[in-house]
Amino acid sequence: MAVLIYAEHDNQHLKPDTHKLVTAASQMGDELHVLVAGEGVDAIAKQAATIAGVSKVIVADNAAYAHQLAEPVSALVADLGKDYSHVLAAATTTGKNFMPRVAAMLDVAQISDIIRVDSADTFVRPIYAGNAIATVQSEDAIKVLTVRSAAFDAAAEGNSASIENSDVVKAMDISGFVGEELTESERPELTAADVIISGGRGMQNGENFALLEGIADKLGAAIGASRAAVDAGFVPNDMQVGQTGKIVAPQLYIAVGISGAIQHLAGMKDSKIIVAINKDEEAPIFQVADYGLVGDLFDILPQLEAAL
Amino acid sequence: MKILVPVKRAIDYNVKVRVKPDNSAVDLTNAKMAINPFCEIAVEEAVRLKEKGTASEVVVVSIGEKACQEQIRTALALGADRGLHIETSDSLDSLQVAKLLQKVVEEEAPQLVILGKQSIDSDNNQTGQMLAALTGMPQGTFASEVQVEEGSVAVTREIDGGLQTVKLSLPAVVTTDLRLNEPRYASLPNIMKAKRKPLDVKAAADYGVDLTSKVKTLKVEAPAQRQGGVKVADVAELVEKLKTEAKVI
Repeated sequence: MAVLIYAEHDNQHLKPDTHKLVTAASQMGDELHVLVAGEGVDAIAKQAATIAGVSKVIVADNAAYAHQLAEPVSALVADLGKDYSHVLAAATTTGKNFMPRVAAMLDVAQISDIIRVDSADTFVRPIYAGNAIATVQSEDAIKVLTVRSAAFDAAAEGNSASIENSDVVKAMDISGFVGEELTESERPELTAADVIISGGRGMQNGENFALLEGIADKLGAAIGASRAAVDAGFVPNDMQVGQTGKIVAPQLYIAVGISGAIQHLAGMKDSKIIVAINKDEEAPIFQVADYGLVGDLFDILPQLEAAL
Repeated sequence: MKILVPVKRAIDYNVKVRVKPDNSAVDLTNAKMAINPFCEIAVEEAVRLKEKGTASEVVVVSIGEKACQEQIRTALALGADRGLHIETSDSLDSLQVAKLLQKVVEEEAPQLVILGKQSIDSDNNQTGQMLAALTGMPQGTFASEVQVEEGSVAVTREIDGGLQTVKLSLPAVVTTDLRLNEPRYASLPNIMKAKRKPLDVKAAADYGVDLTSKVKTLKVEAPAQRQGGVKVADVAELVEKLKTEAKVI
């Protein structure tokens, strides 16, 4: 059975999610094809061809796919996907955006955000903000899935799969790209970072997030935030970790001034080690933290930075 | 312009859910239910568009058991004009809901359909996109800003790296993110008035949509519990433990 994997990229680099999807896909079928859709994506296609286990990379290089708009991309994926047993994309904002459209076009259900593959038709996924884990079986001829990449290891590199061009072009005039505002950061991406330090409402304002920066620099960490910190305008929303933000599972997650609401825990409770720094010793975050430190973050953070 | 807002009855977001002992599902007996938070934001956005004079009518639809009429009444109290309840006893998956909504769209011919981006129970994040595909409409998902223009709508979307703005021709489907707006509270007079607003009830079977699901839930379990951790006395002890015990730094 052949599996089609949608490669996530920013038109310059292949995102590490793709390697993790290959691992998930290898548990569903033996022939793995990666689709790279975008504009000027030769380098990305070459990089995808190096992922171990991939037998073919399909390139759809056209201006219609430049901004990954759901309408043309879903039409492309549905067109190619009808010859596959499984179609996969990462459960990122890109994958979540176009994949249900693919599923509807193929008239099949979609299974979202899978964290485990039990067999080619049985998958495990969290529901109720991660407070329950459902095992579901699909009888659809084509399984359309989005994958929580944090739950799978990255596949190795060192392959040279064949690269083939697709001539399918699905340009559409019902939607158009106007512009984007991306957050500039030198730090690792949240979803790929080994260490994350996050601030919550306890940080009190945006300037105080600077207290996390020194520590993040020393640990090579990404900086995250709780929804409370985002809603209060301390930091931009793409830093939000939680059910409605990003789902992360780093080696080390340091929660600073975060109480630990269900919404936030859904985004980080699969981290290997959780450290909580909070002045309220009753805060729910301490129930999931491996190491808890009760105290004023404004005293603790400078000490921590000095100690590292 | 007519706006259609599908809303879902879901468990209240503050409730700590329990899995049934037989692992068949989550136990919803006596659980507090509410309008799904993302749907509430969708209703608010539609009502604001009406207050601005952009929209002329806001129609709310909900699919499910009789009890979801409560959530339709809530939406009416927030300012929607009329409700439609499509009654079904089964819990439907997103594709079936989208297919029923497709029929409603055919009947009502709205210029804009605003949905929540996901329900906080099944966490699927699918229905809006599927409805857009079935009706051939463009979609603006995870919206944090919606600006209706002549014949089109500009939607600012929350994406992983920041924000993206797309322009969609009308009719279009928009799904709401949390930062789109802050929903109002329904006042008592508005709750009273909502009781007199029209609410049609139809059976799901009347729509001629195949409601058999190809996806079976085999079991639902509680997630693995994390081991209770330790509290450390100071920063020195924390760093020491992270280095030698957890070996993560």
